[in-house]
Amino acid sequence: MADFEIRDLRASVEGKEILKGVTLAINKGEVHAVMGPNGSGKSTLSHTLMGHPGYTVDGGDVIFKGQNVLALQPDERARLGMFLAFQYPVVVPGISMTNFLRTALNAKRGYDGKDKSKQVTPKEFRSLLKSELEVLHMDDSFLPRYINDGFSGGEKKRAEILQMAILKPEIAILDETDSGLDIDSIKFVAEAVNRMRGPELGVLIITHYTRILEFIKPDFVHVLVDGRFVLSGGPEVAERLEKTGYSEWGHAEELKPEEVA
Amino acid sequence: MATVPKVDVGTDYKEKYGFFVPEDFVFKAKRGLNPEIVKEISWMKKEPEWMLKMRLRSLEIFRKKPMPTWGADLSVIDFENIFYYLKASDKQSTSWEDLPPDIKKTYDRLGVPEAERKFLAGVSAQYESEVVYHSLQKELTAKGVIFTDTDSALRDHPELFKEYFGTVIPPADNKFSALNTAVWSGGSFIYVPKGVRVEIPLQAYFRINAENMGQFERTLIICDEGSFVHYIEGCTAPIYTTDSLHSAVVEIIVKKGARCRYTTIQNWSTNVFNLVTKRAMAYADATMEWVDGNLGSQITMKYPSVYLMEPGAKGDVLSVAFAGKGQHQDAGGKMIHVAPNTTSTITSKSISKGGGRTSYRGHIKMYPDAKNSKSFVKCDALLLDDESRSDTYPYNDVDAENVTLGHEATVSKVSDEQLFYLMSRGITRNEAETMIVNGFIEPFTKELPLEYAVELNRLIQLEMEGSVG
Repeated sequence: MADFEIRDLRASVEGKEILKGVTLAINKGEVHAVMGPNGSGKSTLSHTLMGHPGYTVDGGDVIFKGQNVLALQPDERARLGMFLAFQYPVVVPGISMTNFLRTALNAKRGYDGKDKSKQVTPKEFRSLLKSELEVLHMDDSFLPRYINDGFSGGEKKRAEILQMAILKPEIAILDETDSGLDIDSIKFVAEAVNRMRGPELGVLIITHYTRILEFIKPDFVHVLVDGRFVLSGGPEVAERLEKTGYSEWGHAEELKPEEVA
Repeated sequence: MATVPKVDVGTDYKEKYGFFVPEDFVFKAKRGLNPEIVKEISWMKKEPEWMLKMRLRSLEIFRKKPMPTWGADLSVIDFENIFYYLKASDKQSTSWEDLPPDIKKTYDRLGVPEAERKFLAGVSAQYESEVVYHSLQKELTAKGVIFTDTDSALRDHPELFKEYFGTVIPPADNKFSALNTAVWSGGSFIYVPKGVRVEIPLQAYFRINAENMGQFERTLIICDEGSFVHYIEGCTAPIYTTDSLHSAVVEIIVKKGARCRYTTIQNWSTNVFNLVTKRAMAYADATMEWVDGNLGSQITMKYPSVYLMEPGAKGDVLSVAFAGKGQHQDAGGKMIHVAPNTTSTITSKSISKGGGRTSYRGHIKMYPDAKNSKSFVKCDALLLDDESRSDTYPYNDVDAENVTLGHEATVSKVSDEQLFYLMSRGITRNEAETMIVNGFIEPFTKELPLEYAVELNRLIQLEMEGSVG
């Protein structure tokens, strides 16, 4: 049995069936890529896995650490060790990134305002933050700013990766992390993820384009079309898509990303 | 200040503020309101004849004026069931150690002595009807700053007192200003001489302990030309099953080029009716800022106002209201532009939860002489569920030319996307909602001294956990 198992997952949005039975097994230490054309169900997959209330699970299981996470609230899933890097990180005015990171880290450690031994100390937090920022080659200028407020596309994605580095998940889902990024930002994010790769982390990269996979080499690639996997294999699948796109499944979309200034 | 440290909530309102100590008083007037009670209060205080006459006249006005019906529902207040005057100690202390043990214990529990040591230039503590503790840093006394309770001011500074008392808010202004003038007791009196800047805040702490108590403090602040003062008041009461009434009057005079900031963090228990009249007169190039945080109480009606009397005067109201189950916060602000080139802003933030109701009620008046004046009103309401309610009642009267008047209002709900984002990081729903609320009022919180900002966030956290009241 794999560390993280998606079994015959079916989900709908506003009564419309989107995921029609997705099965996928991820072990820690592996990087899986899910690729698919627009409308194939990629973002439904990421949101359903994390428990967004707008997505209805119609069937299937997601087993992680012996629990069916589909029965858990998003915060419980996160505390269990799941992480979702958002395609569109949400703005929360009035709360600084520092405060957010500290609160999230405390939550992850099970601090509920009572047992102080679980609370991250200011000193520990500062040094953790400092070392992760160094590893990510990030400066700390955005820490006093409100959560994602006025962040550029690149800053948002970097901030997502910083959260991942601080929270140290065991299963990380990167949802279209490459979209809207210039090539330098993509390289940056990829390097950061590569640094975090290791036996304690399983990664699921959800992407439309092959570009990010040039920098984060996946162990497995799965093609999602119309809510089902139509092809699974090793890195060679991405190479095949690079040449032919999704045309063999009736989608004529370009696989080259739009140029980002 | 971008971040406020997260504070632990180990206690709830009941433990922290909702406790009471047995009543121990040196004098308690009979229940109810009549000329004899008013005479008794005045006699106890050994007041001059003019004040007694003013009180009795105000009582008449109170009786004649109808109950206002344009705002919150006040019909449930039983004026005959209230104790209008209660003196818990026969002396005023200048050291916490000298306070009667029960009262000392109360303020110790509320953390007031500690706050004084840490970051205040002066403290006044009112318990029931009288100020029981008072202190002011020596340097400020040497500069001629007066910070005392209003009763002592009447006795020790009679001329200054008589010159200003009741000039900003006359007894006949409204039913509750009449009531206050009839039975007022305690409150703060501040005089800041010309050019003197009081750089660290002065604070008053108002505490109702007895059941069915009415607290009617009267505050008068005079900022002479070019001076500055920041005054902070905090209010709490225990939780009783029957109602108490808090009806204060605050009058402020800000002279030419002076600036006054008045910060309130009110956290009454949910059986207190809080009906307060606050008004300032701002003269040439003077600035008046009301920073008003309304938590707790059953009903609050409070609309701090600034009369912009001379060119260049500036008025600001920044207010936050939080209404939980069974609460109605009817708050807002008034800006009366009398002179040219005056400016004002009102920023109101309200949060309703569990069927609570908030109303923004504002009035912008521009008289014909107020040309080239500007006013901007912004009210944002946040609803936490479908049962809660928020209304906006803006009244604008513009009789002047060449003026700018802006009004922006938003009503929003805590968004699913924000909640999902925060929760996806392991933060519980309740804590995520609290973060969103604290973020929503951050423009307010950042105006507070750090200690108060921390306390306010903690109070919001308590309200969000639903453990208050």
